[in-house]
Amino acid sequence: MSNKPFSIQQDLKPEDFLPATDKEKEYMVQMRPSSTFFKDGVKRLLKNKVATVSMIVIVIIALAAVFVPMFWPYSYEQMLGNVPGKPMDASFQNLRPFEYSKTEMRRIEAGEKVTPHVFGTDSAGRDYFIRIIYGTRISLAVGFFASIIVLIIGMTIGSVAGYCGGKVDLIIMRIVDIIYSLPDMLMVILLSSVLKTTLADKLDGTVLARIGSNIISLFIVFGLLYWVSMSRLIRGQILSLREQEYVLAAETCGAPGRWIILKHLIPNCFSVIIISTALQIPSAIFTESYLSFLGLGVNAPMPSLGSLASDALNGISSYTYRLVIPAIVISLIVLSLNLFGDGLRDAFDPKLNA
Amino acid sequence: MNTKTLMYIVKRLILAVVTVWVVITVTFFVMHAVPGGPFVGEKAVTETIRKAMEAKYGLDKPLYVQYFTYLGDIVTKFDFGPSLKSRGRMVIDIIMDGMKTSVKLGLIAAFIALIVGIILGSVAALRRNHVIDRVIMVITTAFVSMPSFIMGSLLLALFAVKLGVLPANGAAKGGLILPVITLSLYPMAYITRLTRSSMLDVLGQDYIRTAKAKGVSKWRIIFGHALKNSLIPVITYFGPMLAYIVTGSLVVEQIFAVPGIGRAFVNSITGRDYPLVMGTTIVLAILIVVMNLVGDILYKVADPRITLE
Repeated sequence: MSNKPFSIQQDLKPEDFLPATDKEKEYMVQMRPSSTFFKDGVKRLLKNKVATVSMIVIVIIALAAVFVPMFWPYSYEQMLGNVPGKPMDASFQNLRPFEYSKTEMRRIEAGEKVTPHVFGTDSAGRDYFIRIIYGTRISLAVGFFASIIVLIIGMTIGSVAGYCGGKVDLIIMRIVDIIYSLPDMLMVILLSSVLKTTLADKLDGTVLARIGSNIISLFIVFGLLYWVSMSRLIRGQILSLREQEYVLAAETCGAPGRWIILKHLIPNCFSVIIISTALQIPSAIFTESYLSFLGLGVNAPMPSLGSLASDALNGISSYTYRLVIPAIVISLIVLSLNLFGDGLRDAFDPKLNA
Repeated sequence: MNTKTLMYIVKRLILAVVTVWVVITVTFFVMHAVPGGPFVGEKAVTETIRKAMEAKYGLDKPLYVQYFTYLGDIVTKFDFGPSLKSRGRMVIDIIMDGMKTSVKLGLIAAFIALIVGIILGSVAALRRNHVIDRVIMVITTAFVSMPSFIMGSLLLALFAVKLGVLPANGAAKGGLILPVITLSLYPMAYITRLTRSSMLDVLGQDYIRTAKAKGVSKWRIIFGHALKNSLIPVITYFGPMLAYIVTGSLVVEQIFAVPGIGRAFVNSITGRDYPLVMGTTIVLAILIVVMNLVGDILYKVADPRITLE
């Protein structure tokens, strides 16, 4: 170095080529594992107290809805006063919370253990607690599956429109515009009232009959009407992602459009997809309970939170709690799902944070 | 108003007309896809009587002829045909009858929602992070998550049944108070949040700082500068608010037994009065589409900074 000050040639000695010692290696080791986008998001989400609490509330409600019916001794459709071969026991009907019927009183006196009716029973002698739990299960399931349907349809159409561009895009987007400006609730009511009657005969005897024509028609209506905002969102994302160099690279390699959409474009708008699906669930639950309240939702005797509230209106003066309980549950579900969705958006979509 | 604005308005108008046409078409064909036809379930009628009735209502003609007759009647005369269940009454008369009550209900609810929402929103924004702000935000969050039918039922249970201070029947004197409150709470909460966030946005702008620096009084800044500009996003909510009030009124009128168009609609669905279902759907849809149109155009006209596509 000293004899040739302007040379860029390195003056290397043999010991420079020796393997590094452990101490030297330690210096190079990264102390902290690198964080991924997903980990970052989860960390941000957990820092958000409101979102975390809502998540816990949802998880508790969902777990209760799934597992409680498994071990609870009563079922949602069982009219407790109606035992085959015996006269109807009217003392089972309209029990207050934690009240027992005459038969149950006798059994308790005989030393048997009887599960209390936590929320009493309804006018047909069905345990109200399990009906609420089951209604919650139905509402959550409908909200979840409806959102999945919306997600699949919206994602497919949105990504095709965004990737193909040109005339395809133009036509799809005009259709989206029209569906978007349709008054959705009116169409939902109209379609589900008609589908309900049309589907009921066709479904008889199939597996789908167990789900009930009303829920199926609800899903169809969701698939027809609610995909538009999802597809708009995804189209917007894809439009900007399409211009990226890796898409060009893939195209040069001869990758077909389907491959590019599935392997390159969709994974890159994942956070947007997850967030809008999460926010779709409460709105689906909302719609389902609204329709059930109007009598267009689930088929009786299957309960949903909306139909339970609607049934409770008949006995509102003496059994107000029957209205208040589903009201609280439904508001709690919608509220915590909304807050959780907002938290997800804040955590996973850094662009919206500004 | 430049050509660009005009183009936008024309485009929106075309979209609105197409939307209304789609609603009419969908409604018509969906209703005619119902198996059995409208006279199934009536008292058993002989073949001749059924034929005569179908001929009277034009149901014996091919479907496309019926469709164009229906469409033509709506466009030229705003006529939706006779009701099947209420003998001798035209659908449009039933709708207009119901409208009298429903429009009153809806307008009062919208008015209350706007006034209270804007006041609460401004207060929350001006007292940001203060206790008042927190309380307002918590309450509005709760109201936004509560479906209208739940809200209506709970209000009914509390004020009409438990306390007995307000009538539960919408047709009674003062009976509209509870339905109006029920319908206005959600839009009120929404407008509050909207006003709050846009007011906070506006309060951070340079021209507010300039006004403060000039020594303009606090109230002048709020009413002259901040409020005026922060209300522009609220205009966009006009359409959705009306849509909410219309769909909300379907259940609210049911809960409180208000003799309005919403109740007529729900009853017509359960009673299978198809012409009435179609008529009500179309009239309500036109109402919503027009309101959305007006809201969108007003929004663009009110704020010249907004770029048009």
